[in-house]
Amino acid sequence: MSRVDIPLPQRPALGETRRRDRWWVQPLLVFLGLGSFIVYATWAAFQGKHYFVTTGGADYLSPFYSPVLFDAPGMTSGHSWFGSAPQWWPGWLPAFSPAFLILWAPGGFRFTCYYYRGAYYKAFWADPPSCAVGEPGFRGKKYRGERKLPLILQNVHRYFLYLAIPFLFILSYDAWRAMWFATESGGREFGIGVGTLILIGNPILLGGYTLGCHSLRHLIGGGIDRLAGRPVRSKAYSCVSCLNRGHARWAWASLFWVALADVYVRLTSMGVIHDMRIL
Amino acid sequence: MAESRRVTFRISRGDGARTELVDYTTEVTPGMVVLDAVHQIQAESAPDLACRWNCKAGKCGSCSAEINGRPRLMCMTRLGDLDLDMPVIVEPMRAFPRIRDLVTDVSWNYRVKKRIKPFTPRPPDAPDGSWRMVQADVDRVQEFRKCIECFLCQNVCHVLRDHHKHEEFAGPRHMVYVAALEMHPLDTQDRLGDLKDADGIGYCNITKCCTKVCPEHITITDNAIIPLKERVADEFYDPLTRLFRIFRPRRAADR
Repeated sequence: MSRVDIPLPQRPALGETRRRDRWWVQPLLVFLGLGSFIVYATWAAFQGKHYFVTTGGADYLSPFYSPVLFDAPGMTSGHSWFGSAPQWWPGWLPAFSPAFLILWAPGGFRFTCYYYRGAYYKAFWADPPSCAVGEPGFRGKKYRGERKLPLILQNVHRYFLYLAIPFLFILSYDAWRAMWFATESGGREFGIGVGTLILIGNPILLGGYTLGCHSLRHLIGGGIDRLAGRPVRSKAYSCVSCLNRGHARWAWASLFWVALADVYVRLTSMGVIHDMRIL
Repeated sequence: MAESRRVTFRISRGDGARTELVDYTTEVTPGMVVLDAVHQIQAESAPDLACRWNCKAGKCGSCSAEINGRPRLMCMTRLGDLDLDMPVIVEPMRAFPRIRDLVTDVSWNYRVKKRIKPFTPRPPDAPDGSWRMVQADVDRVQEFRKCIECFLCQNVCHVLRDHHKHEEFAGPRHMVYVAALEMHPLDTQDRLGDLKDADGIGYCNITKCCTKVCPEHITITDNAIIPLKERVADEFYDPLTRLFRIFRPRRAADR
């Protein structure tokens, strides 16, 4: 292995830099943005209520709870796949919420996402706080990066991708259901409410984010050196690469929108706001 | 900057053992870059100021430095883009040992490059010893060939700059070099084991600082490092891919 013969400059101290721009703004915004989302999503997951809307004939479901494998105790959302709250849910755990069975998958996909990793390593770990800005001194030579446990587990990202893709279909189906409003005669009629538009935006933005994933890009064509003669893979690789170029933007837009969708469904369900029917 | 004016440059002087920031004031005119100012200071007041440069066109990668704390090429940093009401701080790259003033010893990079397995093409496709490639397949690696080896990406990478992992991590420049070889449609060599162990690709935690400072605008992280990380994951960390490969081994052309 190569060796450095002349001594390197001393390691900079935490935050030490000659940069004169406001380098701390971006990590601070990431910290506030991601931190707020994590706090809100955790709180919303534990609620176990106000995750669907049926008032005004609407049929909205919060993306934090979709798909509803089991309804929360005492709830009948009309979206449940396997009925009411499971009997096997251990009593020593917090009261069952449908979100417990769901949120870990998209949450894991985002947590292991290459874009988010770079962003939260800076914002939450100061590793580094920003480019050419000093890190906490205690790491020093002990830095292990993603080479060893625990961060070597970030390589599981592709498996979370496999789990995230079905969510696009499920959330698209939720958006479809949000277009059909109950009538007094007991049937359904086509309609568009503000909630419908919000739930339609959800799979679109999540699609832009998920289908631009670095692991998908690798899977679809990045892992081979010769795409010529494989027109379908070649085209798919181009499309994924195109989305991948804006991966950070898609990541934030979809994160914001999925939280907005939950807030909207929750407030509408609570009666705080009323869904405005457009069509 | 519309007119000429006097500007103070705070330049790091010394040889590694003893360093200091020294102020020099010189007249600058519109259109000047930092390297012009450094040359002017050499001519006017500091003939012993050491500075490496060559093309003055952003293509040789010699004049890498840190200007107001940001790794940049001195020849491509216009004074008009800087705040000249404050002294312009010019320092050498931090990730490499300083020889003198603004000149650093970057020879470590050449030693690392030497140990990377060279281009190993498949046997020629035609009797005249030539190969056949499709342009689209070569386009992917063409971006990596733009590298001018200025080593700004190595300098800003915190694994080298802050953690001094020179013995265990090859750095973004060499990830780009490996990507250019590994993704080449003719190449048959397998470098994934070296990437994981000797080159320490796992040390990269995707800060994208290398991409931000690249004067050639190579998308280092997204197009070189992450695809290589994914290939390493295929080979060493993904049990499903390994199982799949038992039934359908990777072709040499895709190595």
